[in-house]
Amino acid sequence: MAGSGKVRDRSKPFKYVILSVWTVLVLFPLWTMVVNSFKFKNDIYLDPFGLPIALNLGGYATVFKDSPFPRYFLNSFVVTVISLALILFFGSLAAYSCVRWKSRASKWIYLFFVAGLTVPIKIGSVNLLQIMIKLGLLDTTLSVVPVYVAMGLPLSVFTLYEFIRGLPMELTEAALIDGTGPFRIYRSIIVPLVKPALATVAIFNLVPIWNDLWFPLIFIRKDDQRTLILGVTRLFGEYQTDWSKILAVLSLSCVPVILLYLSMAKQFIAGLTAGAVKG
Amino acid sequence: MKRSVRKRGDSWIVWLLFALPALAVYTAFMAYPVINSLRLSFYSGSGYSLDKFVGFGNYVRLFTDSGISQRFWCAFGNTWVFFGITMLVQNTIGLLFALILTGKPLRAQGFYRTIIFIPVTLSVLVTGYVWKLILNPQWGALNIFLTKIGLSSLALPWLGDPRTALACIALVSAWQWAGMPTMMFIAGLERIPGDLFESAQIDGAGIWRIFARIKLPLIMPIVGIVSVLTFVGNFNAFDVVYAMEGANGPPNYSTDLMGTFFYRTGIAGQHPIGIPDMGLGAAVTTVTFFVLFAGILLANRLTGERSGDSGKSVASRGEGRA
Repeated sequence: MAGSGKVRDRSKPFKYVILSVWTVLVLFPLWTMVVNSFKFKNDIYLDPFGLPIALNLGGYATVFKDSPFPRYFLNSFVVTVISLALILFFGSLAAYSCVRWKSRASKWIYLFFVAGLTVPIKIGSVNLLQIMIKLGLLDTTLSVVPVYVAMGLPLSVFTLYEFIRGLPMELTEAALIDGTGPFRIYRSIIVPLVKPALATVAIFNLVPIWNDLWFPLIFIRKDDQRTLILGVTRLFGEYQTDWSKILAVLSLSCVPVILLYLSMAKQFIAGLTAGAVKG
Repeated sequence: MKRSVRKRGDSWIVWLLFALPALAVYTAFMAYPVINSLRLSFYSGSGYSLDKFVGFGNYVRLFTDSGISQRFWCAFGNTWVFFGITMLVQNTIGLLFALILTGKPLRAQGFYRTIIFIPVTLSVLVTGYVWKLILNPQWGALNIFLTKIGLSSLALPWLGDPRTALACIALVSAWQWAGMPTMMFIAGLERIPGDLFESAQIDGAGIWRIFARIKLPLIMPIVGIVSVLTFVGNFNAFDVVYAMEGANGPPNYSTDLMGTFFYRTGIAGQHPIGIPDMGLGAAVTTVTFFVLFAGILLANRLTGERSGDSGKSVASRGEGRA
């Protein structure tokens, strides 16, 4: 033990060096983005690394004053909240049904959901575009909501199913004997018990939905219907030289998720890793 | 009493109603469109409606029509290169970090974990734009830095040169996602019982031998999952190229991937006509679908078989998100 301990000690400085270099590599792009968003254009060219010589809030001012970005932000917020709410509600109902409904049909329903884990929804883009045209949803912000819900359900049902199956069933049995209806049991017993799993499900759906470019890009062309990330794609065409504005928008579009992440990093890491592994 | 349990608990109509909302949305907006898109690859038409059955016509055009097939095979090859680079860099980095962070305790471990995972939470589009600024040939931070330390010969137009552009994009992608394999490998390594190492150390095994003989074999199932995830992610990649280079995969199509090629043919329409060829697009996604399917089966074969239970999960759980 003592010998190998020494070997490890010698490797310690290298470990710190590796981790520190990567820390710089991760933080530097974020630093560049934020710090330059407060600079004047010429100062960005002169010194893209340092703190601003003169503080320029103009980038942020133009974002908030007569620009479509507050609208895009709102659109993204609405899409994310509605999609998450529906995924959590529908997903937990279906998972509960699959656990408690003892029949062959429920097994097949569960397998049908789980099959969705293996297929990226992008494969269906061609037909989804046609469906949106048929439903008259093309060019509306809400067109992406059903797609996000459908995309999130397989993994959410899978995760919640596993979780509900692990719950002690005496609780619901007792309620059943008392004559409580299944929906009451779902609402007052199941939902409170699965809250931790619901949080995980919310996290691994939140990040891909908020950050998604693909579906807004193919469904939405109308200006005021864009989501924030789709709106960001317009920056380079229109404000070709206004770097402080571009960087202000980029910084602002990361802020909500980064703040959430930093405030509960552990849950994010666990949730997103679970999401990737199982998904 | 027993009867009331039966009556309420087993009434199938209630349970069906519980499953119905999820079932309806999932069927209408995922299961059906995916299957239908595969079917639509046998159809042709103008604009957004596909009404003419053409058999394998779209595939024949995709593989043999001189203009189309050249672009297709180029994108197909680029996607493999993109996958190869990301796979190697991102997952080696991930494994290295995981080994460091599960080894002898270091100071501020939690801090490093948090940092390593930050890029995973960011939008690919935003990181793509930020790296594009850093790699800007005139005033990008990278070339300024290289010039300052006396390596001005290396201050190249990284994204403008067909020889370096794709590699740069793959590295940015690796930068963004490295946190994912890191955390998966950490989870795998932490599950290995500590007494395995102790007895190996008593036997005089060094760090490298402990890694090769104990750690690596035990995390093989996770290597499989990570490989499949990287594979699926890269064959669906679009955002990073769109942000850093644009939908045409410049310079000279050197960064054109399956994702951007599909976007141009099936969704946006080729310049200068701008009318999408959705049947051809459906054929592109069908090819992607079967490539993914084959790749997953292969990964399952390679890493799943010898590792028992946990290995089986590669097939059923590892296919990743769009």
